[in-house]
Amino acid sequence: MIWNRDIECMSRDEMRKLQDRRLIDLVAKVYNHVPFYKRKMDELGVKPTDIKGIEDIPKLPFTYKQDLRDNYPFGLFAVPMKDIVRVHGSSGTTGKPTTVGYTRNDIENWKEVTARCFSMAGITSKDIVQVSYGYGLFTGGLGAHYGAENVGCSVIPMSGGNTRRQLQLMCDFGSTVLACTPSYALHMADAMKDFGYSIDDMKLRVGVFGAEPWTEAMRHELEKKLHIHAHDIYGLSEIMGPGVSMDCEYHDGLHIHEDHFFPEIVDPETKEPLPDGTEGELVFTTLTKEGIPLLRYNTRDLSTLNHEPCACGRTLVRMRKITGRSDDMLIIRGVNLFPSQIEHVLLELGETSAHYILYVDRQNNLDTLELQVELDENHMLDTIRDLQMLTRRIEHALNSACGLTIKVTLVQPKTIARSEGKAIRVVDKRKK
Amino acid sequence: MTIQQLSVFIENHPGNLNKVLAVLADNSINIKALTIADTADFGIVRLIVSDPQKAFNALRDKHFSVQLQDILSVEMAPEPGSLYHILNLFATENVSLEYVYAFSYGSKSTLVLRTDNREKAVEIIRKNNLKSVTEADLK
Ligand SMILES: [Zn+2]
Ligand SMILES: [Zn+2]
Repeated sequence: MIWNRDIECMSRDEMRKLQDRRLIDLVAKVYNHVPFYKRKMDELGVKPTDIKGIEDIPKLPFTYKQDLRDNYPFGLFAVPMKDIVRVHGSSGTTGKPTTVGYTRNDIENWKEVTARCFSMAGITSKDIVQVSYGYGLFTGGLGAHYGAENVGCSVIPMSGGNTRRQLQLMCDFGSTVLACTPSYALHMADAMKDFGYSIDDMKLRVGVFGAEPWTEAMRHELEKKLHIHAHDIYGLSEIMGPGVSMDCEYHDGLHIHEDHFFPEIVDPETKEPLPDGTEGELVFTTLTKEGIPLLRYNTRDLSTLNHEPCACGRTLVRMRKITGRSDDMLIIRGVNLFPSQIEHVLLELGETSAHYILYVDRQNNLDTLELQVELDENHMLDTIRDLQMLTRRIEHALNSACGLTIKVTLVQPKTIARSEGKAIRVVDKRKK
Repeated sequence: MTIQQLSVFIENHPGNLNKVLAVLADNSINIKALTIADTADFGIVRLIVSDPQKAFNALRDKHFSVQLQDILSVEMAPEPGSLYHILNLFATENVSLEYVYAFSYGSKSTLVLRTDNREKAVEIIRKNNLKSVTEADLK
């Protein structure tokens, strides 16, 4: 079902005109109300009147996460606090947290885009939606909550954690939709048996997963284990929260709500805009945001864009599923390595679990890699030789996929720490 | 001519074998035979126990990677040279042994073996009238 046909199926021409108008207003607004942007634009010698439409967007300055930290907590807000009705923030795993503010209109727009997302996944007012994203400063819980409520679903605000209770209520309430991080969904799937449930006790049919990068192979794994259609909801608090984009039933890229969030792909090195189909860093300009409008915010997520119309009927531009970030990328002996490549190899082989941890170290000035992989409980081999051959098959597959020598060590099932939020998969001991 | 054997994967850390044994003890399971094959990183514990299915379930519940399988088993005469005699039958037919171990119950001794060619091994056991051991014999 298409929630807002006028926008989601708008012709490219009309969309461009809408974006042109909104960008012109946005630039005038930030220049006049956010000293940070006035200074940045003055430094570049750009006046608001120089921006006549989207084609002028490369003239505008970029915004980085560091800029939000430097202006912590409210320095980039474009309206007085009396007009801010909500504040969210990042978890701040590294350094200072970042804070974002929403006006009443921002919240309305957020509800609109998340409702579009839930509809894209075929979710209707008949669905019972279990929201197992954390509620709080993190945008995941409330973002998914408002979207599902706007669609008219029965919303269960579970928040994260307490897996036993999650499963009990999933079973008792007959939740049809699960919204959480993909790694937590996998954790719940694996934990069912421990708590005396089977997937046949559940009525799940759709998963709305996001807040961390995950692969196509992981989608298949989740669809198989949970008997669902798994959809990828993308977002980040700096731009809005979950709901910036989402994949439709064709799972061929995520439709970006580009009437609110204008996307660009730029070269990670030169920051020059790149054409459709070329991978680079994903950049958003928040066309309608009032609380904390951002020009060309560089997400560091790696993706490509595709402006072809989709089989679902939507004309909204699609971004390729995010599988890595330019700052997640490990450089090992000069070779780029993304944790997602490892996950992909393990799921493809299907002989172990997909739970792993990668240790990066440096010995005698040489980077070393050790991958610990949990053996699958259902896949025990009875001879040392078979287990060693399994180890070698994984090493070989990793070598062909990444071009790196990675020592594989099998470990006992359920011995690698499970996360209920974002998964920690890499331990880089090289860090000075 | 088979008995049930459990194979459990353990990492080579101090105390890991004890975790397996604790699960068996907690479930009042008797161990009739235990062998360990190991490398620098991991090992396989192979067990013949009083209630294999119960042991399997208990270990699985504790998230051990464990396999329960029927493994070839023949009785060994209590006299010098009997092990050599049996293994020689396999060697002359070019059947390789992946692993082999023996244990005693009551007054008898039993040989447990896994070969690279199970069908041929069964044929050798039949042809040479080796006395097979079954799960019931161990009760
Ligand atoms: Zn699907
Ligand atoms: Zn579509």
